[in-house]
Amino acid sequence: MTRSPVEPGTAGYRLVVPAGEPWTHEIKRGQVLRLVDLEGNQAADTLFYDAHDPANRYSATDTIRAQAALYLTTGTQLMSTAGEVLLTIVADTCGRHDTLGGACSRESNTMRYALDKEYMHACRDSFICGVHAWRPDLGKRDITANINFFMNVPVTPDGQLTFADGVSAPGCYVELRAERDVVCVLSNCPQLNNPCNAYNPTPIEVLIWDPA
Amino acid sequence: MEPVIDNAPAAPLYSKTLTHAGMWSGVISRGKTLRLTDLEGGANVGLMLYNADVTVERYNLADTLKGQHIFYLRHPYCLHSDMGRVLASITADTAGWHDTVCGATDAKLVAAKYGAFNYQTGRNDFYRNGRDCFLIELAKWGLGPRDLIPNVNLFAKVVADEAGKLSFVPGHTKAGARVDLRLEMNTLVVLNTCQHPLDPEPHYRPRYVRLDVLASAPPAANDVCRRSRPENERAFLNTENYYALRA
Repeated sequence: MTRSPVEPGTAGYRLVVPAGEPWTHEIKRGQVLRLVDLEGNQAADTLFYDAHDPANRYSATDTIRAQAALYLTTGTQLMSTAGEVLLTIVADTCGRHDTLGGACSRESNTMRYALDKEYMHACRDSFICGVHAWRPDLGKRDITANINFFMNVPVTPDGQLTFADGVSAPGCYVELRAERDVVCVLSNCPQLNNPCNAYNPTPIEVLIWDPA
Repeated sequence: MEPVIDNAPAAPLYSKTLTHAGMWSGVISRGKTLRLTDLEGGANVGLMLYNADVTVERYNLADTLKGQHIFYLRHPYCLHSDMGRVLASITADTAGWHDTVCGATDAKLVAAKYGAFNYQTGRNDFYRNGRDCFLIELAKWGLGPRDLIPNVNLFAKVVADEAGKLSFVPGHTKAGARVDLRLEMNTLVVLNTCQHPLDPEPHYRPRYVRLDVLASAPPAANDVCRRSRPENERAFLNTENYYALRA
């Protein structure tokens, strides 16, 4: 748990992303991005890309390998598929964030819950809209294992995977410093079939500060 | 651990022994079984799977784990695609634990861990890395860096403590350990035998691995992999519907 020294009032960019919506934005090298879980227990499914080379993107396995640990928190370097550091987590009042649980999709909802859940809005549809908002030539190939900020997916020592109630609470935030120019594509998760959003998806606030 | 279930006939349609940092890719049609055997003990096989007919559909780490509430792969679980379908079922398995989260080595890691040993010095014993092997094989099917996905590490055991810290378990497999993957879709298989990225062994020594492709019986209604989870039953239904439309 690490608090940030910067005050929200000094942020150069501030936006509330409603539940179920995507958000796409470039974060320049040195800028700091904060995500705030305004009402608590809301999963912010997030992808990052090298702003100048979308094939060089956030890699869950490279991040796990580099730190030999499953969860993301202050000090974690978010690694790319080319083995480079995209961003560093510099503050975190939640404590741990998931990168195993992935994003919901309409197809995976049929597998996980019931075939008739296919109609329900899902993160991977938002991700498609989100990457298209940056570059229309990108698509499903560019959408891979993401981060779930504020989501808790503990692995037990005997190797079980569970979706636990969140460790997040209203006002919890995570802050990341961009180590190169990156594009963030966020899907504020609309999932209603499991406790990742406490069965009530709520807004996420995003703030950006220029380098001090 | 579950016993080996030997539902594939013995005579392979194709066999190959992978030596050095052996890499291989190929399309295996629905219904056949890919058998991988660790010939020396301590092998690692980095594996990625794609729908061979529409390669934008591929193995998905998260759907595989959360769909089955597992952290590591083993019999009787399945490898799920990102479209709610099953790419492969683990029909037999004497290893019992296959890592899903640690990815592959890259050039920087191999140089730091084992030192530099290039082709000019070592000829074909030179040190390769998992990421480059994946990219080389992907390129032969028109795929590239955009298609890199979290890979499986067959035969590797990595455990997590309560805080999420990972530890590689040395000596997990003995010579002769094997795993059978029955392909439930026409599948592009991309694999290599580079060592596991968290393997603390200081020597560069990819193990020999035999690869066999065998004919196998289609899954019955009471197939143990299909019935292992209600999620898998639905993923098999989705897969059957997909092939009903393509037939």
